[in-house]
Amino acid sequence: MLAYIIRRVFQSVLVLLIVGLIAFSMFRFVGDPVENMLGQERTIEDVERLRDNLGLNDPFPMQYWNFLSNALQGDFGMSYRQGRPVAEILMERAPATLELAAVSGLFAIVFGIGFGVLTAIRRDGVLANLVMTVSLIGVSLPTFLIGILLIYVFSVELNWLPSFGRGEVTQIGGWSTGFLTESGLKALILPAITLGLYQMTLIMRLVRSEMLEVLRQDYIRFARARGLSERAVNFRHALKNTLVPVITVTGLQLGSIIAFAIITETVFQWPGVGLLFINAVQFVDIPVMAAYLMLISVMFVGINLIVDLLYVAIDPRLRSDHSARGH
Amino acid sequence: MVDQQNSPVARPGALRRFWDSDMGWSFRHSPVAVISLLVVAILALGAIFAPWIAPYDPFDPASLNLMNGFTPPMQPNAFTGEIFWLGTDDQGRDVFSTILFGLRISLFVGFSAVVLAMVLGITLGLLAGYLGGWVDTIIMRLADVQLTFPAILVAMLIFGIAKGVIPVEYRDQMAIWVLILAIGLSDWVQFARVVRGATLVEKNKEYVAAARLIGRSGPAIMLRHILPNVLSPVLVIATISLALAIIAEATLSFLGIGAPPTQPSLGTLIRIGQGFLFSGEWWILLFPAGTLLALALSVNLLGDWLRDALNPKLR
Repeated sequence: MLAYIIRRVFQSVLVLLIVGLIAFSMFRFVGDPVENMLGQERTIEDVERLRDNLGLNDPFPMQYWNFLSNALQGDFGMSYRQGRPVAEILMERAPATLELAAVSGLFAIVFGIGFGVLTAIRRDGVLANLVMTVSLIGVSLPTFLIGILLIYVFSVELNWLPSFGRGEVTQIGGWSTGFLTESGLKALILPAITLGLYQMTLIMRLVRSEMLEVLRQDYIRFARARGLSERAVNFRHALKNTLVPVITVTGLQLGSIIAFAIITETVFQWPGVGLLFINAVQFVDIPVMAAYLMLISVMFVGINLIVDLLYVAIDPRLRSDHSARGH
Repeated sequence: MVDQQNSPVARPGALRRFWDSDMGWSFRHSPVAVISLLVVAILALGAIFAPWIAPYDPFDPASLNLMNGFTPPMQPNAFTGEIFWLGTDDQGRDVFSTILFGLRISLFVGFSAVVLAMVLGITLGLLAGYLGGWVDTIIMRLADVQLTFPAILVAMLIFGIAKGVIPVEYRDQMAIWVLILAIGLSDWVQFARVVRGATLVEKNKEYVAAARLIGRSGPAIMLRHILPNVLSPVLVIATISLALAIIAEATLSFLGIGAPPTQPSLGTLIRIGQGFLFSGEWWILLFPAGTLLALALSVNLLGDWLRDALNPKLR
């Protein structure tokens, strides 16, 4: 057990070091950082002095080490395009993305489990069939088309909800929140649905298949024979036993929500980290790209690690043959 | 893509044999597969023969008339009286023609990206499975690292890096190739994993031992003996990957980091059309979006059918 944990942590750190190396190589070799920092009127001495100051004349491993230790201290360099520290820009944009991700994650979990249970219990009902059909189309639709479709229906035709931006935001310390104003909450609805829809169908299908599996078990038949109400059987006995895989998948999907926020944020011009990343790719703003890459990989690797460890903690059967799930 | 697509041009004997085989039977009895194939075939033919089918050449400035701008579908233009099936965009370009040419680029990028991913994945998968040892460890660890991240994110990153490396004046010309590279490189892992798994099973079979005994070289055994026996799962993954690659291309182009406006793909057209949604010119957006949806959905359904047909154990 302990050996497994140590091995998983070691693997995670290795992955992060590789990602860090990629980010550093981008920073160092794509375009010349000195070229990007000095203006037109530079002398050879200026260039040499800056190279020395930036440590570009140091041996490669030394530069990599400096880059990593700076990143760990929250120093990701300056944005080529905005001329401000990348960390500052990221901090400014983070609340928008995190609020959007939290709301769409909640939406995906609540409706995913709800519809999953519904379609499993009433397998042949009209509503269940409708939900299953819609979910099939939903999986094939690219995210950006869903967003455009929602904008077309709810902003253009019905004019109920705003089609872009965050609405009014309130500053609380360093955190700007859209939860406290009506326009902020209204602006959240369409992006949150767009971002959460795919995850919702995923959770729904998982809950449905797990429920169908569990409902066939003997202990469910026994619970029915004991005369328990349908409600108690479905929720207290069946649903509870489907939750372990659901928690795993949901956990792993958390990272995807933040990554796929890039697309949703572009459709709705949502001022978050994803939109920042897309603009960085468009204008080849390498420090922003490198910082985003590192942040998102810390998140992905961290979530993977936590889910893997939780899985072992929750399900004792995995403790004996843990090598089967090792990544 | 799949062999039955080539069947109309193949020798009648091959067509007959396919028609009588189990696959042919399963194909004839699946209306979803027949309709999907029909849709894909129509769209593919439209894309291939776009220069001859399209009523206008959207990239020839001489044929454009700004007076034709914003003509609704199937209605005569107020100034020129011309009728366009699917309307025109702001510059008076025929939407039907731009869709045909956009489809051409979307299919070309998707298809090339899948071929790249397939070649890369099969090569690395065969090497990892057949050689084992540290080659296997390195390749599969690399695959694991890449699988940690969503493919579209990897593609965006590769696109961004390539854009930084290519000089500004070549960026637009190279965009299509960079796109193929980015999507192809983001998608090889699936192929490598499946091929490696199948190779591990195949390499212990007697025919491989026999080939080794008569002194065939490693590459010959991998390519001539093992590869043909691991191809059917590869075919399924290739079809599903094609749908994913088409969607990935459209997404990147929609985000403005894919095909440039001078060579618009379906995604670029949707990006352009989104700007006219609020002013009521819905046709500029809706027709390219519908085409993309029909294409992605039918390729996906074909892939589903192929998976079931090649693997009777599933259902």
